[in-house]
Amino acid sequence: MPLSPELKQRIVAEFPKYPEKRAVLLTALHFVQAEHGGWIPPELVPELAETIEIPQIDVWEVISFYSLFHSEPVGRFHLQICTNLPCCLRGARAIVRALSEALDLRPGECSSDGAFSLAEVQCLGSCGTAPVLQINNEPFEEQLSTESAVALVGRLRAKAAAAAGEGRPS
Amino acid sequence: MSELRLVLPPDGQNWSRLADYKANGGYAAAEKALREMKPEAIVEEVKTSGLRGRGGAGFAAGMKWSFLPKDGRRPRYIACNADESEPGTYKDRQILERNPHKLIEGLLIAAWANTIDAAYIYMRGEYRGPYENVTASIAEAYAAGYLGKNVLGTGLDFDIYVHRGAGAYICGEETGLMESLEGRKGQPRKRPPFPAVSGLWRQPTTINNVETMAHVPHIVEKGAAWFKTIGMEKSTGTTIFGVSGDVVRPGAFELPLGVPLREIIFEHAGGIPGGRALKAVIPGGVSMPVLTAEQAMKVTMDHEALREAGTLLGTGAVIVMDERQCMVRAALVIARFFRHESCGQCTQCREGTGWLHKLFMSLENGTGKLADLDTIDEVTRFMEGRTICALSDAAAWGAGFFLRRFRPEFEAHVQHRGCPLAATSFEV
Repeated sequence: MPLSPELKQRIVAEFPKYPEKRAVLLTALHFVQAEHGGWIPPELVPELAETIEIPQIDVWEVISFYSLFHSEPVGRFHLQICTNLPCCLRGARAIVRALSEALDLRPGECSSDGAFSLAEVQCLGSCGTAPVLQINNEPFEEQLSTESAVALVGRLRAKAAAAAGEGRPS
Repeated sequence: MSELRLVLPPDGQNWSRLADYKANGGYAAAEKALREMKPEAIVEEVKTSGLRGRGGAGFAAGMKWSFLPKDGRRPRYIACNADESEPGTYKDRQILERNPHKLIEGLLIAAWANTIDAAYIYMRGEYRGPYENVTASIAEAYAAGYLGKNVLGTGLDFDIYVHRGAGAYICGEETGLMESLEGRKGQPRKRPPFPAVSGLWRQPTTINNVETMAHVPHIVEKGAAWFKTIGMEKSTGTTIFGVSGDVVRPGAFELPLGVPLREIIFEHAGGIPGGRALKAVIPGGVSMPVLTAEQAMKVTMDHEALREAGTLLGTGAVIVMDERQCMVRAALVIARFFRHESCGQCTQCREGTGWLHKLFMSLENGTGKLADLDTIDEVTRFMEGRTICALSDAAAWGAGFFLRRFRPEFEAHVQHRGCPLAATSFEV
């Protein structure tokens, strides 16, 4: 699979911001993920490395080092719930259980239809509105309760179903 | 004491758009600095103001600038740290979401003062809203002539770029940040050479936190003497305290340094729900040693008083725990975090964080022995002061001080073969 011309164009347009091409790597990986359903298909790595003029292993090292980069598919709605101390003090574990039950997924799993995945993550930087979760790279869902978390899943399911009905990804 | 807003706008206001920022006096300091002040006079003013870094270490900001070499080597960079990943910390986000021009103006003045060619704001990847907000503000600043070529007709060429991180705590460490900005794993560099001499792309670089930079405009505009009237003698000005955990009103409060911790918890954050008793407070993010309730009720929030109390101000992230909460669980969550975030370069950190997590888990599961408590103590001491960066020390302090300050509760876990507070405590 090649990088789309638009994607390649966007990556190349980042080069002038830095004295070395390598510096665009994280940005490029963010672009790739956003365009490929939240993960980085391995077959894109050779062309990515070639575009940035670095060895492929350097791309893989960076993908595997950073928590936000995924080398395997995640759900169309990737639910990342913080289980660090401030969120745990406000009941994050109960939210994980409620989400787990509502989605029939354990943290780290992706649903068989590819609609949802669930992950426990480290501090998201919103401790004053804990407990908090982030869907994909969207603004945070804050001050969750078990009820609001279950309601959120309901809304996302409706969105997923509507998108499937129209025959396009949401 | 009421809030004193220097870096944040008043409640309910957002000055992200240039017109709002300028209507409230924005960019007057930059005009003054660039048109009327010599660069060295600005560095001197910031030094005199006593402004200390708001990113955790509390190093004197003006002093840090003065480490940049005077050998004419160009380009020179600012790496602005907006990684904000210390658990409990959400203060920089308040500026990025509500007052980003204050940061831009601070960076512009810093650029004039230190002959800087470009600033890179390294922002954590999760901050999508703040990223878009800051990017829009930067575009306005370019359009208004505050950034780009020949700023305000002074001959200064200065660019600001926002660079997104990708979920790694270690990239908040200054040399880990630089590695990440250059497109690599965020593994910290050995020092020397120090970033001032050999930083981004081996060029002279100063690394400053968002909130630190946001204080520069009013110091330049109103003077160091004015700034020093706020706060304490060696901890000047205001800072944003982010309160989380067991309080009625968690939130971010901008207050003078030296405010009593008791006042932050019981007045600004509304006290503890249900009238329960205070048990423990982490005063500066999970890297900093925990305080007992007794210590917390007496201490003021400045560098000197906290050091004397056996902890540090860190990022001013106040995490409050009430009488229901289990201290072994708190240590366990913190140890789990550091185990996840260790970059793996140094043995003491890579192995030590894993050991700590396992030892706290066995105590919590009821399989711990009294001898494990000594092992925890021994492991934490072997993690301090021996590694490339301070993550190992942070893990040792953050988790280890729970044992040092709440030892009877750890012993009770051994005696009870499990958690005696399981019925009331938060779950991990």
